[in-house]
Formats: sequence, structure tokens, C-alpha cells
Amino acid sequence: MSRLSIQLPGLDLKNPIMPASGCFGFGHEYAQLYDLSKLGAIMIKATTVEKRLGNPTPRVAETPAGMLNAIGLQNPGLDKVMSDELPWLEKYDVPIIANVAGTLIEDYVEVARRISTAPNVKALELNISCPNVKHGGITFGTDPVIARELVEAVKAVSKVPVYVKLSPNVTNIVEIAQAVEIAGADGITMINTLIGMRLDERTGKPVIANGTGGLSGPAVKPVAIRMVYDVYKAVDIPIIGMGGVSCVQDVIDFMSAGASAVAVGTANFVDHFVCPNIIDALPKKLEELGVTHIKELIGRSHR
Amino acid sequence: MIQQERMVVVRQTEIAHHIFELTLQGQIVQEMNPGQFVHIRVSQSFEPLLRRPISIANIDKEAGEVTLIYRAEGRGTTILSEKQVGDEVDVLGPLGNGFPVDELPKGKTALLVGGGIGVPPLYELSKQLNARGVRTIHVFGFATEDVAFYEDKFSTLGETHFVTVDGSKGTKGFVTDLLGELKPEFDVFYSCGPLPMLRALEQFYPNKPGYLSFEERMGCGIGACFACICKTTEDSEKDYVKVCSDGPVFPKGVVKL
Repeated sequence: MSRLSIQLPGLDLKNPIMPASGCFGFGHEYAQLYDLSKLGAIMIKATTVEKRLGNPTPRVAETPAGMLNAIGLQNPGLDKVMSDELPWLEKYDVPIIANVAGTLIEDYVEVARRISTAPNVKALELNISCPNVKHGGITFGTDPVIARELVEAVKAVSKVPVYVKLSPNVTNIVEIAQAVEIAGADGITMINTLIGMRLDERTGKPVIANGTGGLSGPAVKPVAIRMVYDVYKAVDIPIIGMGGVSCVQDVIDFMSAGASAVAVGTANFVDHFVCPNIIDALPKKLEELGVTHIKELIGRSHR
Repeated sequence: MIQQERMVVVRQTEIAHHIFELTLQGQIVQEMNPGQFVHIRVSQSFEPLLRRPISIANIDKEAGEVTLIYRAEGRGTTILSEKQVGDEVDVLGPLGNGFPVDELPKGKTALLVGGGIGVPPLYELSKQLNARGVRTIHVFGFATEDVAFYEDKFSTLGETHFVTVDGSKGTKGFVTDLLGELKPEFDVFYSCGPLPMLRALEQFYPNKPGYLSFEERMGCGIGACFACICKTTEDSEKDYVKVCSDGPVFPKGVVKL
């Protein structure tokens, strides 16, 4: 399997495939289906200082080749994640990337400071791009000055490398990527969901109780590929790419555009075994492409 | 254990207007219990993208067959209704926690109350209750006669009453109207149907134990995505429950109605 291994700041990945945050909970459910040690890493559900009960239902709506969600960062809170969820995940041989969310800079700092001390948390993913909460989240991800301030504050306290999850809901994503790089980010994860809305055919009102939701699934892949492609050219820190990944070819596409690893989101709801299936299919794909090691694919669009 | 299987279509019949009875054969039938559901991917394309949760109406472990009854109303269920005998269907299941069948000792009576497409899971439940020597009374509500089904099948298991909103079959009105007239004697009630019906039923029988099966828009179907959350009552130990993995069946009084 060494031809699939990838080394990134803080992360020694057996393979470049990991479930994306918010699509995998804290792993319990998928652990019923397969051995989580098979995964390159796990991006756990966003954690906030206090527990959050999330938004009213309906929280999801299907759209052409995609879905909208507005879960609202529901999670049991930092204490529970530290005392229950992360220790439970220790039985698996898999690095954890902890998604950190909050309303104020102080919230992010508090979660980062404590969660980065957990033995299996090898990196943080700063969620400055959640479109479904009223305060925090995306507001940090759309202003390069505020994004920089937040990353600097978190970097000052984190014991592990810090990746920043970028929002596609901006005019110029390269500008945000450069701002977080200057602030000391160790890597970038991209993209979060695109803000969207679906209307009820009878009433003409939004289907999702929150009104808007985040669009994910195959429909967003071209947007994500373009953004990874542009950001790769503009920064020197590694990118973990995501957005509509559902098969081995999608992984090849993201890595070609410049991603060093790839996260799988919505596809986990459609084919619950998609991550292990992609991992199993990668060696054959590398043969077909005449590639010895998967890292040779990173950024090949630009060469 | 939850498994993913390509099950084979054994039969598919339209048993009422846009209501289909689909029988599938496969290994995972051996794991199924009444009140659980399966999550079906109707197409290998991205359209529609998500799986469809469908309740289990009849389990035949000897033949390795499961029967599902569903309404073909959206794109996904319409595609499912076009599956032919011999076609394969991608099924994840069985999912969720079903009805407790061993709640009642032999000789006791269960009241089964269903509404519309909430009626199907009560069929396997009724079969299993009767097999244990529990008497069942069935009270089912439908919008109109042309969407009603399984009167004969339920009648062979116990006393069966139908009610329709427009009065085209049985009594006119809602299940609670009929229950007020019938005043059935029973020990436990089991119910599946639209939220207003579950709410009315819980108020109607404040002093009887009961189990309610819920429906909510789902993503993953296994508890990971937090789409199908229900708020709980003040008495509950939990802040919330997930319909897919904590339910879909809950004891009365857990979910805030």
C-alpha cells in the first residue's frame, strides 16, 4: 500500500482518502460497516465549545445530482468530544483531523487549544466556511483580514498543524487562501458547500426550515476542481480537496488539479462503502495511468 | 448487522392507486424485524442521488423474501415502481429499531393504528403478534378508497376497521373519530402514520402504553448525518433522537409531538 501513502503536515496517511467532516459523525455508524483503520484519516464532525442542537427540520433536500443541508453544526460539545468521542476512536489506527467551529475567535481558540492535545488528533481543520449558522462560520471565511486574524490566534495555541477549510461562497477564493497561508496555516481544505435554496413545488417556499442550505454532491465537483486548480497555483501549502467526490476518477481529478489528499462527503450517504471501495480501486487506477506512486499525480494539470 | 446487498425483484404489483407492493429476495431478509426499514438506491446514476427509506411490510425468512409497500409519488419511488421481475435493487439494511413484539404476553390485546402509507409496517407486526397469541385490533385511515389496501390480509389476523377522509370506504373521518365510536379494549397500542395522527393518538390514550413509528427526511439512514432529528419531551433523558438509528419506532412520550 506504500504507493498510496501521503505525508502532509501532521498527517502520515496510509492513503489519501478520508471522509469529510459532517458526513461521518464521529465514526460510530460507519464502524458498523467496515474497519475505520482502512481510511487515510477521518475528519470528525465540527466541534464547538458548548453542545449545539442544530437547526429545525427539514434539514436536507435533494437537488439534481446533489443535496442541500442545513444541519447547523449539531455536536455534543468540546467536553463530550474530548471525554467520549476521541478516546473511542483511539482503537482505530487512523489519524483524526478535528474540525473546529465557533462564533467568536475566542471559541475557536478554546476548542483548538484543548482538542489539539488529544493523542489521536493529528491536525485541525478550521471551519471558517459553514453556511448554516447565523454567527461565526462563513463570516470568518469571506473576509481575508478576519480570516488571517483567526488563523493567527488558533496557530498560537494549537499543538498540531492547522488546516483551514475554505468557503466557495466568495468572489476570490485565491485571496482568502493567500491570507490564511500568510497567517501561518499549514494546509487548506476545500471546498465547503455552496449556499443554495430549493423551493417547495406547491407552496413556493423553501423546503429547508433554515431557508438556505449548503449544496454538495456531484453537482458541485466542477466548481471545486476549478477552485483547487486556482488555489494550487497561488499557495505553497498543501490542499486536501473535496466537493462531489464519489469515485476513483474524481480522486484522480482532484489530485491532478493540485490536491495532495481527497475527502469524500455526500457520497458516503449514497454508497456507504464508498471510501473503502475507492481505496481498493486506486492501485489498479495507478496501473492504468502508468504511475508508480500516487503523489506523482498531484498538480499534474499544471505541468 | 447492516449490510448492502443487490436484492432481486421477485414480484411487483400496483395494489392501489400509485401504491406498489414490491417483493425482493436476498440474504439480508434473515436479519429483519417488524418496524425496521431498508434504504434503497433506485438508480446507479446521480439522479436521484439519495437513497429512499422504505418500511418493511412482510418478512418471509424461509423464502428469503421481503415485501415493501410504497407510494410512487416522487422521482425515486416512480423509478422503483418500474423495476421488473429479475431486476436487481441496491438495498442497505435492515435499518433502525422496530416494534417490540415481545411486550405483551399471550392472550393480551394490541391495538394497531395506521394512516395511509404508514399502514404497511403494521402488517408484519400483526403477523408476529398473532403468532405469539396476542389478539390484534386494526384501525386504519386512508384518504380515499382507491389508495386503501390490505383489508383482506389484516382481516384474517384480527378485527379490522377502515376509515376514509371522504367516506368512500368505511366510516368517514379520521382514525380517532372511529376509535371514539368503537371504544376498543386493549393493552398496548402500536401506530405508524402522519404526525397529526400520532399526536392525536397520544392525546387520545394518555394512560395506555404505546409505540409510535416516525417519518422524517433522511440523508444517510444510519445516524451519521443528523438530518432526521426529532426534539424530545422534557421527561426524556436525551436532548434529541435520530429517527433513522434511534427509531423509527419510539415509546410514546419520547418524541415531542
